[in-house]
Amino acid sequence: MADTPFIARGFHSRRAPAAPGRLPPGQYETRDFPVLSAGPTPRTPLAKWDFTIRGVDGGKSVRWSWDEFNALPHETPKVDIHCVTKWSKFDTTWEGISVDTLLSAAQAVGIESAPYVMAFSDGGYTTNLPTADVTGGKAWVVFGYDRAPLPPEHGGPARLLVPHLYFWKSAKWVRGLQLLPNDQPGFWEQLGYHDRGDPWREQRYQGDP
Amino acid sequence: MIPDVAEGVTRTAQRLDWRVAKVTEVHNETKRTRTLVLDIPEWPGHRAGQHVDVRLVAEDGYQAQRSYSIASPPESARVSLTVERLDDGEVSPYLCDVLGVGDGLEVRGPIGGYFVWDVAQGGPLLLVGGGSGVVPLMAMLRHYVAADRSMRASVPVRLLYSARTVDDIIYRDELQQLADCPEIRVALALTRAAPEGWRGYRRRIDRAMLEEVGWPAAEQPRTFVCGPTPLVESVANLLVALGHDPASVRTERFGPTG
Amino acid sequence: MQTEEMRLDGNAAGGALREIFARDVTAALARCGGCGATAPMGALLEYGHEMGVILRCPTCDTAVLRVAHTPGWTRVDVVGISFLMIPEN
Repeated sequence: MADTPFIARGFHSRRAPAAPGRLPPGQYETRDFPVLSAGPTPRTPLAKWDFTIRGVDGGKSVRWSWDEFNALPHETPKVDIHCVTKWSKFDTTWEGISVDTLLSAAQAVGIESAPYVMAFSDGGYTTNLPTADVTGGKAWVVFGYDRAPLPPEHGGPARLLVPHLYFWKSAKWVRGLQLLPNDQPGFWEQLGYHDRGDPWREQRYQGDP
Repeated sequence: MIPDVAEGVTRTAQRLDWRVAKVTEVHNETKRTRTLVLDIPEWPGHRAGQHVDVRLVAEDGYQAQRSYSIASPPESARVSLTVERLDDGEVSPYLCDVLGVGDGLEVRGPIGGYFVWDVAQGGPLLLVGGGSGVVPLMAMLRHYVAADRSMRASVPVRLLYSARTVDDIIYRDELQQLADCPEIRVALALTRAAPEGWRGYRRRIDRAMLEEVGWPAAEQPRTFVCGPTPLVESVANLLVALGHDPASVRTERFGPTG
Repeated sequence: MQTEEMRLDGNAAGGALREIFARDVTAALARCGGCGATAPMGALLEYGHEMGVILRCPTCDTAVLRVAHTPGWTRVDVVGISFLMIPEN
């Protein structure tokens, strides 16, 4: 008896499934942009903001101030995004710096590449990713959304954007990347979410193939 | 069966299972709020201030879950919830528009050991609520009114309740009656529009209002603040700034304003 | 809408916490592993949403308790609680 759920009469999800093809399995389309946060919104003033790439084992690092960061070549990706809580949003537009540009600059000062990265943010949030998933034009650090400065509740001044993976990997309030020789779980991964998070393979949780 | 209040308080170690309650009555309180009266099987009784979790499961397995404060006092045979309809809500539109008498509703509870009050705990008691935040405070007031006269004499109670307009005041008639009780003082604040001849406050709750309505910190009142998160945090901060011991100010946040 | 406007508190997590602790812990006093401040669990700030429940210290924002349900497991991170006092009822 305990196994049979009680079905609430007349209750339906308001979420209509959209046309297949663009939606990963288990997702629905939203026109909103829901705000999900694991903590309060940080308020780092731009004068104090910097972005750092740290080499393995506390070795070399490279850092950009806000102005230096903005002087790097900009890109304006237009992408679909997919949240593990099942909403997807199509055709979102952003402005920022390709992670390829940042990692190339790191390599140019002698920071060796590594197979994994941990993005770290103001407020303590972290998320781990295979380096292969943030290179080859697949990831950016963005400071613009919908042709305006990225608002704080959506991760401004800057957030990571990795649209081909579930959106918890697109760390809000990002301040840098730590290169890692071995994969290590970040904030949500420690709590059971997948180390990679490919929505097309529904890699939501640890143990999903 | 009316739970014996003297034995009264729910044992905190009781199993917390989902149960299917039956809706026995519904009535609208205001344009956007509705009270559901439930028969909950094997209900162990509850304390004023506690809430239940409500779970809705659709045929395709889709689930949504929210918490709702219990409006009825422990002395009531049935459990009432007063729900505010949030237009873009997942659960409240169902509870307000679709759910009807005779329907089943899955609930779990009672829940809570912090935001609770029994008349035996004493006072003076200050209740501050905004919008639907008045619901658990009403459970406390109803419990107070059901208590022994002699207990009430030593526990003065004040309610400060803010709503947008006079039509948004939940339990308005009942509050008017309660205000006739010598030990209870009810102060209302309208934040958006007030009718002709309105003698209550016409602004958001602020420091001056809390000073006028509440007790001085030296009286060491117990305070419960409930409603939209910004209101709760603002009021709690103001009370501490007025010298109240933070441990004596208990808060329950309802999230963003509807 | 700002995150802070949306946040709830430990009261809302009461049902979820009861499943883990087998008793109501909203009145339990938790000492924050970050700053040492003590607060009732009901007064912790909740940033829970569908991914999990995150309860933070109202004084320093350290994550005192983190919970996530994933298929087959509930993971609970209590590193942020340096001490917990649960009242006998």
